[in-house]
Amino acid sequence: MPPAEARWLRDWLDDSSEDGGRTLSGRTARVELAALARSSSLDVDPVALRGRCVLIATRDQLTAALAAIELDGVARRIVLLPPDVPREHLDAVMADAAVEVVVGDVAQDGAALGSASRVTCAPPLRPIAPTRHDPRPTEWVLFTSGTTGRPKMVIHSLAGLAGAIVRGGARDGRPVWGTFYDIRRYGGLQIFLRALHDGGSLVLSDAEEPVGDFLARLAAQGVTHVSGTPSHWRRVLMSPAARAISPRYIRLSGEIADQAILDGLAALYPTARIGHAYASTEAGVGFDVDDGREGFPASLVGAPGPVEMKVVDGSLRIRSPRTAIAYVGANAAPLADAQGFVDTGDMLELVGERYRFAGRKGGIINVGGLKVHPEEVEAVINRHPQVRMSLVHPRKSPITGAIVVAAVVLREEGAQSVTLREEILGLCRARLAQHKVPATIRFVPALAVAASGKLERPHA
Amino acid sequence: MTTRLTITSEIERVAAEQNTKLAPLSDDLILLDSGLDSLCFAILVVRLEDSLGVDPFTASDDVTFPVTLGDFVQAYENAAR
Repeated sequence: MPPAEARWLRDWLDDSSEDGGRTLSGRTARVELAALARSSSLDVDPVALRGRCVLIATRDQLTAALAAIELDGVARRIVLLPPDVPREHLDAVMADAAVEVVVGDVAQDGAALGSASRVTCAPPLRPIAPTRHDPRPTEWVLFTSGTTGRPKMVIHSLAGLAGAIVRGGARDGRPVWGTFYDIRRYGGLQIFLRALHDGGSLVLSDAEEPVGDFLARLAAQGVTHVSGTPSHWRRVLMSPAARAISPRYIRLSGEIADQAILDGLAALYPTARIGHAYASTEAGVGFDVDDGREGFPASLVGAPGPVEMKVVDGSLRIRSPRTAIAYVGANAAPLADAQGFVDTGDMLELVGERYRFAGRKGGIINVGGLKVHPEEVEAVINRHPQVRMSLVHPRKSPITGAIVVAAVVLREEGAQSVTLREEILGLCRARLAQHKVPATIRFVPALAVAASGKLERPHA
Repeated sequence: MTTRLTITSEIERVAAEQNTKLAPLSDDLILLDSGLDSLCFAILVVRLEDSLGVDPFTASDDVTFPVTLGDFVQAYENAAR
């Protein structure tokens, strides 16, 4: 099947079916997709934004979705700001991505917007005269998930983003998609594009909405296809409202899907097709697996096709038309090597005929989708005057996939105490985000140091 | 200390560390309504593995995810048998 083709997103909004009614739903509002042909969510004529570089910085996912649909093919560049990017980085984002116009919610404050002009976006839609103009390719700028400090962004094209979406992908009728995963992150954006492309509807989550309420909303909309990270799905399995939905298709992405979560979902939704996808913001969608087993068949590595995969020094490298075009910024590092392969930084181990994921290169720890650099945590622990050295490493968690733990060597052997452990944890809590604070601290007599003079970092 | 007491005191400790307001701990308390988020549960399960020697949500092939506090305690009590 050939990849989906679109000159711009509006090509996918046709509502030719008799019952009509394709919708995009948020927590507080719902919009008919067909209405976007003759109305707008923006408080300026979208044509005024032609050729501009636009940051979509709304609180709400629905308004972000509407703005993206209206501006694709119009703006020169759309920068999708995820809700969890700290405000203090906004100036850097605007400068790095050369933002000229900021699209925000009605209720949003106008701080830290510099010289950029402001546009407000909100349902309900207001009627506008249908404008006909030739769409021009828009650059889609997405934030990568693995950094601390100044955010890193990559440039994608719509064709690359939609490269994994195949014609006839929704083989079982017109889908109603639901996504736990925010559409301003790569994995969630895939679902947004799929829902538009497959002729379906989409129900969006809200960060502050209890999982039971979102499940009830999904059920009320008759959801058939639902996507989330393994951490999202674990919360569903812990919810009394889990049985409110009976989807035909369940998709996991954004984190490693382990056997427990795949089995748990298969038991709860016995008739659903359950797939886990591998993708990264830089490397794009690698593959989908729907045999119900963790990891993926080793035969995929080295197989011919649009997505070429190889394993170098244990880490997965991908070359495909779906990878990002480049990092944003004039002095940015190259995204791919000379042969066009992107190093995903995801470490693999071969178990029989299957590859399994064995943590991140450089020991980066993924706590429910949030990445932690062990060195950052070690630096804080090592500030304590009684600490000689420390090793921060992941431990497997059935809830968040992995969790941060620390092994600490003290200056004085035998000085360990509950008070000292609390002091070190207090130091971490004062200086680090919650997910970076070690769940446990173990006092050890020594830590292994490799021949290179660096701490040995075992994988989770 | 009983398994139940170990669990409830660890829950209180995690909630205090994370500045979370905890709902009254009864057997029929829905865990998602307890005030603890995913990160709190992840911390809790790792610490209980250290103190009780078992992680019932990873250990067996037949994993069921707990919905209530009663389910949660039961999973540890069953695993200890």
